Amino acid sequence: MPLLLQKTMNDIFPYLLVGGILFAIGLTILMTKKNLILMLMGIELMLNAVNINFVAFSKYDKIPEHGQIFALFVMMVAASEVAVGLAIILKIKKHYENINPENLNELKN
Amino acid sequence: MEIVIRELLNGNVIFWIFCLITIGGAAYVLFSKNVLYASYGLLVSFLGVAGIFVFAGGEFVSAAQIMIYIGGILVLLIFGIMLSSNKKAGKNYLKIENVDMPLSLGYAVGLSLIIILLIVKTKFDTANLKPLQHIKNLGYDLMTDSVLVLEIVGVLLLMALIGATFIAKNDE
Repeated sequence: MPLLLQKTMNDIFPYLLVGGILFAIGLTILMTKKNLILMLMGIELMLNAVNINFVAFSKYDKIPEHGQIFALFVMMVAASEVAVGLAIILKIKKHYENINPENLNELKN
Repeated sequence: MEIVIRELLNGNVIFWIFCLITIGGAAYVLFSKNVLYASYGLLVSFLGVAGIFVFAGGEFVSAAQIMIYIGGILVLLIFGIMLSSNKKAGKNYLKIENVDMPLSLGYAVGLSLIIILLIVKTKFDTANLKPLQHIKNLGYDLMTDSVLVLEIVGVLLLMALIGATFIAKNDE
């Protein structure tokens, strides 16, 4: 506990802590849930954790804007990924009648 | 007690509250048995991340987080949940099943501990802290150095949205 408090004075440590825990939770959601939409949510949480790290490290960069711009581009790519992913999920729902990834086991309709 | 007061004066307590909100929302998504409630937990987690961005000096990124993630992605996710929930299957059509919950919980804790250990072990060079960042500089950089990437991402977003509409349309 004293080490943790001492590290808190170091400024970048809490951001990395939150980012790491958020990444672990997102990966666990991605592995645990048997629902395609919940898996997309886990991917979003992991992308958020990466964004926290980008913005936190950009504070100490020589050019502080670049990390934030990278985070913005990550957000836009995440938006397009969710749009395409949800369209595919709706098609899967129409074809298989459910969105459990365990049941998606045939290539030919 | 003295440490608590000093942290409160530094504004650190508010930062830790945002951290707790973020982790709590994500944990609610992990433990929830209902897809719709899980998306509300995701909303709380995104709001906490936006607060953390403000503390890290990214005000514009924080505003973009609220607009893109909560205004765009989360609404799209809730839309997808409502379209894909199977009402004819019974009353618990929003219910989700968790497989191997203790195993995956142990996995989450283990991965978190490994990441935290690596963070604590690593020495980060945080000496050259720039005093202040302006959103103006971000806008100049976005329009000069990164303008090609901006255009490419714009075209990607357009292609993705048109493609999503094309995939989701009715065939008959």
